[in-house]
Amino acid sequence: MLLHQSFLETSARVPRDVALICAARRYTYAELAQSVENLAAVLQGNGVREGDRVAIFLENGAEAVISLYAVLRIGAVFMLINPQTKTEKLAYTLADAGACCLISSQTLARVFVPALAQSAVIDTCVVVGGTIEAPLARLVGVLDFTAATESAASDVNVREPKLSDQDLAALIYTSGSTGEPKGVMLSHRNMMTAASSVISYLGLVAQDVTLAALPLSFGYGLYQVLMSFRLGACVVLEPSFAFPVKVLETMAAERVTVFPGVPTMFNQILSLDDPSRYDLSSLRVVTNAAAALTVEQIQRIRAQFPHAEFFSMYGLTECKRVSYLPPDQLDSRPASVGRGMPNQECWLVNEHDERLPNGSTGELVVRGDHVMRGYWGKPQATAERLRPGPLPGEQLLYTGDIFRTDADGYLYFVARKDDIIKSRGEKVSPTEVERALLALEGVSEAAVIGVPDPALGEAIKAYVVVQPGMRYREKQVIGHCQGGLENFMVPKFVEFVEALPKTPNGKIDKLKLRERNARVASSAATGE
Amino acid sequence: MRDIKRIVRDYIVENLLMGGQAEEVERATSFLTIGVLDSTGVVELVSFLEKTFDIKVLDQEMIPENLDSLANIERYINSKLS
Repeated sequence: MLLHQSFLETSARVPRDVALICAARRYTYAELAQSVENLAAVLQGNGVREGDRVAIFLENGAEAVISLYAVLRIGAVFMLINPQTKTEKLAYTLADAGACCLISSQTLARVFVPALAQSAVIDTCVVVGGTIEAPLARLVGVLDFTAATESAASDVNVREPKLSDQDLAALIYTSGSTGEPKGVMLSHRNMMTAASSVISYLGLVAQDVTLAALPLSFGYGLYQVLMSFRLGACVVLEPSFAFPVKVLETMAAERVTVFPGVPTMFNQILSLDDPSRYDLSSLRVVTNAAAALTVEQIQRIRAQFPHAEFFSMYGLTECKRVSYLPPDQLDSRPASVGRGMPNQECWLVNEHDERLPNGSTGELVVRGDHVMRGYWGKPQATAERLRPGPLPGEQLLYTGDIFRTDADGYLYFVARKDDIIKSRGEKVSPTEVERALLALEGVSEAAVIGVPDPALGEAIKAYVVVQPGMRYREKQVIGHCQGGLENFMVPKFVEFVEALPKTPNGKIDKLKLRERNARVASSAATGE
Repeated sequence: MRDIKRIVRDYIVENLLMGGQAEEVERATSFLTIGVLDSTGVVELVSFLEKTFDIKVLDQEMIPENLDSLANIERYINSKLS
C-alpha cells in the first residue's frame, strides 16, 4: 500500500474524527484530506510530477502535514528540512536533491530567499503566511499556501499518478562522516513496513492521542504522524519542547496517551520543581530513541509516569527502527535496547562479515523491507551501507554501529564505527563543525569530539589551535559557530591547545583527544 | 532603574544568538519562531534571569508569555520585582 493511501482511507472511514491538534486548533480527517487534495492539484498544475522532489521547510504544524501528504498524493517525493537549518545548508540540500519546489513560510524567508538565489533548481515556491518580498523573477510560480489549499484553488482534479510502493516517498537528510548531508531514499514500502512494525510492538490503536514535539524533519517525529494517520488516531503537534510546562499542560488537557521523547526532553521534565502537578494519568506509552538514557534516568522517568509502559528503542534513518526493549525486560536488562522488532532480522558481524553468536561484540546488520533504497546520488556512500543479502536483489543494511549482545541476544550499544556525535538527539558530523571552526580567522587547526553529557547525550567539545598573535575567548568561538551552524551542532566547550595530536599518517588523532578529555574529567571529578 | 531589555538583549546576543542579529532580537515577537531560542536556550535564559535579577522563576512561569520576547521578559521581570 502507498503511504498516503493509508491516510486517505482513514479519512474516508472516520472523516469527522480529529486527526491533528496544533496551537489549540483542531483539524478533522476530512478537513485535512480536502486541503491535501487542493494543494496536490495546485502542485500538479504547477508542473510537479511523479518522482520530483519537493522540499518542505516549515515548523511543525498543520501546513507541514498537509504539504507532505499533498506531495505524496501526486507521486512526488517529500523532503522535510529542519526549520533551524541555515541558508548555506538549505541551498546545498535543495541542490543535492534537485528539488523543483519549495514549501516554506514568511517567517523563514530570511533563510530561504537567499538559498533560492543560490539554487538554480527550484521553480515553484509555496509560502505560508504571505508572499516573499525579494525579487525572484526566475521562479515560475510563487504561491500563497492558504490560497493553494482552499477549495477554489484549482478547477481541475488531481490526475492519478502512476505509482507503486517501490517508488520513493521521501528523502530524509542525515549527517554523514564525510560532513556532507546525505539524502536517505525511502520508498512507500520502506515506510509502510517500518510503520507497521512499530505500531504492532507499541500496540498503538485508533483511540490513541500522541504528543509530537519532535521535528517532523526527524524520522522519529515524522512517524508519529504517519502511524497515527494510518490508524485514525490523533496527533497533538507542538513546534518544540522549549517551554516544557506549556507542553505538559497541553498533554494533560488533551489526555495524551503516547509520548515519544528524547533524553533532552525527559531531562527538561525531570528538572522541573514539581512535574507531578500535571495530570498525565492518561499516558500509557512513553518511548525514548535517538540517544540513550542512563539507567538512573530511566528509573526516574518510570517513577514520573507510573501509569505508562516505557520503551527504550534504537534505530537509524536508514531503516527507521531496529529494536525496542519490551517493558517487561526493563528491570532485568535496563541498559539494553532489546533484540529487534517484528518483521525484521538483525545480527552482529565481525570485520570478516561473519555472523557472531550471542555474547559477542560487532557491527549490527539489519534485514527487512524497511531498509532504505540508498543515499540519493551517492552510490559510493550507499555501497558502504548496503550489501547483498541472502536472496537475489536483496540488500542488507550495515549500520556502522557497534553493539554487544548478552547470552539471550539482547543488544547493548557500544559505539559508533565512525565519529558521528549524537547531541540533543541529533546527529552531528564533526567534520561539519570543524569546517565552521576553521572558517574563523586565525584558527589553524580544529578537531571536534563528543563528550558524555547527562542532558545532551553527548556535548560537542572543540579543540582549537590559534595562530600566534591571535587570541579568542571560548564565547567568541562559540558565537562564531552559532552564526553558521544549527543549534545542536554548536560546541558547548572550546579548549585552546598548542597543537593537535596526530596519527602516523598525519590525521588528527581523535582517540588521543578523547583520552585527554577523559583524563581531565576524571581529575576534575576526584578533585586532583 | 535598570534597563531590563538591554541587559537581556546583550546576554542573548552574546550567549544564545543562533545566527541572528541584535536588531532581530529587539524586533522579535517570538524568539522561538525566529530561532533565537531552543529548549536549551530557554533553560540558560531562565538561569541568567534568576541570577541577574535575583528572582526565582517558578515552573508555571516558564511560558512564552513571560520569556519569548524582550517585551514579555521586561513585563515579567517587572512584575516579579514589584
